[in-house]
Amino acid sequence: MVETGQFFLYLLVMAGVTYLVRMVPMVLVKKKITNTFVRSFLYYVPYAVLSVMTIPAIFSSTSYLASAICGFAVALVLSYFNRSLLVVAASACGTVLVVELIIKYLIL
Amino acid sequence: MREQNNFVAGIKDGLPICLGYLSVAFAFGITAVNSGLTIWQAVLISMLNVTSAGQLAGVPIIVGDGTLFELGLAQLIINLRYALMSVSLSQKFGKSVRLVDKFLVSFVNTDEVFAVSSSKGMDVGRNYMYGITLTPFLGWTLGTLLGAVAGNILPAIIISALGIAIYAMFVAIVTPTARKERPVLLCSLFAIALSCVFNYVPFLKEHISSGFIIIICTLVASVVFALVAPLPEEKAQEVEIDG
Repeated sequence: MVETGQFFLYLLVMAGVTYLVRMVPMVLVKKKITNTFVRSFLYYVPYAVLSVMTIPAIFSSTSYLASAICGFAVALVLSYFNRSLLVVAASACGTVLVVELIIKYLIL
Repeated sequence: MREQNNFVAGIKDGLPICLGYLSVAFAFGITAVNSGLTIWQAVLISMLNVTSAGQLAGVPIIVGDGTLFELGLAQLIINLRYALMSVSLSQKFGKSVRLVDKFLVSFVNTDEVFAVSSSKGMDVGRNYMYGITLTPFLGWTLGTLLGAVAGNILPAIIISALGIAIYAMFVAIVTPTARKERPVLLCSLFAIALSCVFNYVPFLKEHISSGFIIIICTLVASVVFALVAPLPEEKAQEVEIDG
C-alpha cells in the first residue's frame, strides 16, 4: 500500500509532467514542427513504448505462464486480422480463463 | 475559414472515443488495483492524466517506491508525442478559442481526441472542443472506477483472466500497423529485444527499475529508427495511438 502523502507527491509529478507536455506547446508554439527526425522519432515512440511495456510483462499478467502465452497468441492472431481492440482483449481474457480452468480442474 | 463550434456536435464526436475508453480504462483499473493501488488512487490517476501507456508505466514506479525523477522522466518520454499533437491541433483552432480554453482543452488532448478533431474539414471552436473532450474524459474516469471496483470484488480466476486485457489491447494497437509498415514492425521487434535483454540479463534486471527500462528501450529504439528509417514528409503528419 502506497502511503497517502507519498501517493499525492507521485500524482502531482505524474499529472504535472503529462499536462505540461500537452499544454505548453499548445499555448506557446505558433508554427509547425517540420523537422523530419523529430517527427519520425515521435512517430515511433508509441509503438516502441507499447512493445516494451507488453513484452515480457504480458507473460506475468495472469496466474500461469501457460495461460498468458495462449492469451498472447490469440491476441496476436486476432489483431493481425484487424479485429477491434475490444474483441482482441475479450478473446485474450476468455482464452486465459479457459486455459486456467483446464489447468485447475483437469490437470492439477 | 468556417468554424465548427457546436458543443453537442463535439459530444457526439466524442461518444465513440468514450466507449473505447470505457474498456481500456476498465483494463487499467483492474491492473492498477492488482498492483496494489486503492480504487480512489486508480481513479485519481486516470482523472488527472488521461493517457493509457503513461499511466500503466507509472503504476509500478509508484507501488515500487521509485524516485520522482524516474516517474517524471518516464511520463515525459512516453507522452512527448502529445507535444506534437498539441502544436498541430492549435493550428486548427478557430477564432473562438481563447488562451483559457487552451489551458483546459490541452488537458484532455489524447491521441483519439486529436485524431478526430484534427480530421474535421474546418476550424474547430471552443464549444466543440469542450464537447469532444468531455465525453472521452467521463468514459476514461468511469471505466477506471468500474475496473478498480471489479478488481476488488471479482473472484481470483476472473481477475487473472482480466489481467491480460490491457496488454492484449496494446498488441491490438501495434500489430495492424506493424503488419502494414515494415519499419514499425522492425522498431517494435527491436524494442522487444531490448526489453528482454533488460528484463532477463541478471545484472541489468536487479539494477535498473521498470521505469528506466521503458525509458531506455523506447529512446534507443525510436532514435535508431528515426535515423535509419525516417518518415516520408506526408506520413509524418499522422499519429494516432492509444488513450
